[in-house]
Amino acid sequence: MIAADLLVAQNIGFYLIAAIMVFGAFSVVTTRNVVHAALWLVVVLAGAAAQYILLAAEFVAVTQVLVYIGAVMVLFLFGTMLTRARIGTDSELNNKNWFMGIPVAVLLLATLIIALNDGFGDEQLPTDAPVVTTQQVSDQIFGPYLLPFWALSFVLLAATIGAIVLARRD
Amino acid sequence: MLVNQFLMLGAILFCIGVYGVIARKNAVLVLMSIELILNSVNINLLAFSLRNGSTDGHTFALYIIAVAAAEVGVGLAMVLLMYRNRRSVGLDELSEMKG
Repeated sequence: MIAADLLVAQNIGFYLIAAIMVFGAFSVVTTRNVVHAALWLVVVLAGAAAQYILLAAEFVAVTQVLVYIGAVMVLFLFGTMLTRARIGTDSELNNKNWFMGIPVAVLLLATLIIALNDGFGDEQLPTDAPVVTTQQVSDQIFGPYLLPFWALSFVLLAATIGAIVLARRD
Repeated sequence: MLVNQFLMLGAILFCIGVYGVIARKNAVLVLMSIELILNSVNINLLAFSLRNGSTDGHTFALYIIAVAAAEVGVGLAMVLLMYRNRRSVGLDELSEMKG
């Protein structure tokens, strides 16, 4: 009975956060102000971090807050500030035939919903799953996934060097 | 909680991101839409990780976050270069390779 009550709370939390995230995502792709879009993206990313906590992934949630909301959003705001050309008008932000995106997105969503309903239906997530600890995650990264980790380090190095080379004035 | 709750949320965010990539002309906003897509994939990975009782999804999600950070860095450097060369960040103005 206690577990059922707990699940109700989790469900309410999920749907509340999910509604906020979907609204925020809509605002990101429809707002006419680039800075507002960046701030709505913060709402979506924070909601995603909350969903990760609901999915018992605390380390990924903290990383999401640190990397996305901390670093990536600062980059986005800097990029917005440095490219303030003629922002503010809608014609500058959307393509001429932007409405073509609506049927594509709706068809894709319909296909995905049908496929997900077919595949998973009413399958429940395990309720008594233990929270994945940071130690388990690091055992994964530095154990079986060490080679991708090295590759990722080189990707980050190359991206850093590439960004510096691209953006410097000479 | 159902598995489908999280997968549906991921699907909705993914489709909104796809719409943003198609509809937006401003390069910074296209990059933001790509972030939406990557986040929806992360939600899916973690949902499947919880469903299967493994930690592989967490590793993949962390790698995706790292790749997304690198992508934003390079992407915004390119946007900056584009703005410096032509005073605009409209993606439709990059038409030199159109022939």
